[in-house]
Amino acid sequence: MEKEVISIIANRKTKSMVEKVASIIFVCCAIVSIVAVISITGYMIISGTPAIFEVGLSDILFSNVWAPTASHPQFGILNIILTSIIGVFMAICIGVPIGVLTAVNLAEIASPKVKKIIKSAIELLAGIPSVVYGLLGILIINPLMYQLELLIFKDSTTHQFTGGSNLISAIIVLAIMILPTLINITETSLNAVPDDYRKSSLALGASQMQTIFRVVLPAAKNGIMSAIVLGVGRAIGEVMAILLVAGNSVNFPLPFNSVRFLTTGIVSEMGYASGTHREVLFTIGLVLFVFILVINLVLTYILKKGDENGK
Amino acid sequence: MKKLGILLLTCLLAVGLVGCGEDNKNDSTSTDNTELSGKVSLDGSTSMEKFVNGLKEAMAEKYPNLLLEPQFTGSGTGIQSCIAGTADIGNSSRALKDEEKAQGLVENIVAIDGIAVVVDKDNTIGRVTKDQLIKIYTGQIKNWKEINGKDQKIVVIGREASSGTRGAFEEILDVEEKCQYAQELNETGAVMAAVAATPGAIGYVSLDNVDDSVIALQLDGVAPSEETVKDGTYALQRPFVMATKGSIEEQNEQVKAIFDFIDSEEGQEVIKAVGLVSPK
Repeated sequence: MEKEVISIIANRKTKSMVEKVASIIFVCCAIVSIVAVISITGYMIISGTPAIFEVGLSDILFSNVWAPTASHPQFGILNIILTSIIGVFMAICIGVPIGVLTAVNLAEIASPKVKKIIKSAIELLAGIPSVVYGLLGILIINPLMYQLELLIFKDSTTHQFTGGSNLISAIIVLAIMILPTLINITETSLNAVPDDYRKSSLALGASQMQTIFRVVLPAAKNGIMSAIVLGVGRAIGEVMAILLVAGNSVNFPLPFNSVRFLTTGIVSEMGYASGTHREVLFTIGLVLFVFILVINLVLTYILKKGDENGK
Repeated sequence: MKKLGILLLTCLLAVGLVGCGEDNKNDSTSTDNTELSGKVSLDGSTSMEKFVNGLKEAMAEKYPNLLLEPQFTGSGTGIQSCIAGTADIGNSSRALKDEEKAQGLVENIVAIDGIAVVVDKDNTIGRVTKDQLIKIYTGQIKNWKEINGKDQKIVVIGREASSGTRGAFEEILDVEEKCQYAQELNETGAVMAAVAATPGAIGYVSLDNVDDSVIALQLDGVAPSEETVKDGTYALQRPFVMATKGSIEEQNEQVKAIFDFIDSEEGQEVIKAVGLVSPK
């Protein structure tokens, strides 16, 4: 009796109904993320554009005076944009060599035992909340930077001392934070390189290092590129860690200046901002959104090119 | 059919979102105050936003039918709309000028905003003058030894633009738009932590946030405390005025209820909770 009710094979009608319901559920789930993306895009454009018309696009993007609460408010975010670009670029410059070489070690050289230790360390690194990175930055990196700052600018009369909250601190924190992303994706792409390549290279008399740098890495080029792009995406969207270590004054991004990133710019002033000031903060969000969009387009392009090469 | 489904879903989601926006009505109605109903419009200082909103929330519990309608347009505008009669109460984060009083406004000081200047524990300076403070924050003094302190660089820490504390600090010292900050932090707690952790740092926080992790400096020889703020000897302070046209006794029931509430224990709690000093 019961069997008849439950079985989907027994009855053709129930079977087709279950199929239909299941497919509707799947479509609905797919729609959720599409709706989310479209509404976020729409919302960012709607809330980010009024300030552009109010203040003027060039006055926002190409002016470096940020004085939102002055009697003649100015909303230039050039320094903030430059900080984000330079900060992320430098973090990538530091993070990529470390990350790629770690991945090479994992995929090519390390014994299973060592590999296991490194792997679990990286997983832990990926799981640490970003605010913890920030706290460690305050406790360890900032005091060290302050010592360095005192040493370098000992006789300077013009330098403003930041107590170690500067661009370098932020870059170091960012570089460590993007390591797991870089390592994991690079390692996957290295593992995807066919073993025949390595064997052929070694059979031709090349050493292991020659094989790695001349054969395996070039073969995994696209994977490494997408690792870098994803690393950029992670770094540019990071808030909490750099909010704590970067100092947050709007300055030109010199190594020992206190700086403000796009993300921290929004977070630090959202609380009490009102009127045009608030709208400009949304515009900063829009700029950030465009950055992420460009990064994703680049990633899609790289992956597409990789597919074509593969054929 | 498919399109219709998508449309329906979108609408559903949209409705759901709008639903989220509505405030949860407070259903803790204390029965004895429900008869007082109506609206009171307040207009004025943005610095008083936290205080007025705190007041609004606290009053909503006691007087569920009395609606406070605050606007935050600036002290000057608030005073003008109170004179013009478009607002019942004009909020001002400065004392009223004589010509404003001449137009019938009464200055009701409801709270005092006191700001302490703090340095790290190892700093030996102990006291600054107002003039020195201005020079430190505008970047003219960069080393503590210039004002008889240790040979130590000064790290100038402040709050983010649009912070009420920063607004008050810069306004009282008359250094608006001239300050050169090394760090702009977006929370009082962050300022305290940074000052405590950075040798040579100086920062400012609301008076009630000062604790043992830092040293609060004497300003022109006066130590910051509730007493010195109340008697007016400590200079880094400003009154929060809720101006009315004519004295409080001449106001309607609703406005009177607000001032009664501020005088009550619950009102004083609000003043404390937002970090202000009561003038009483």
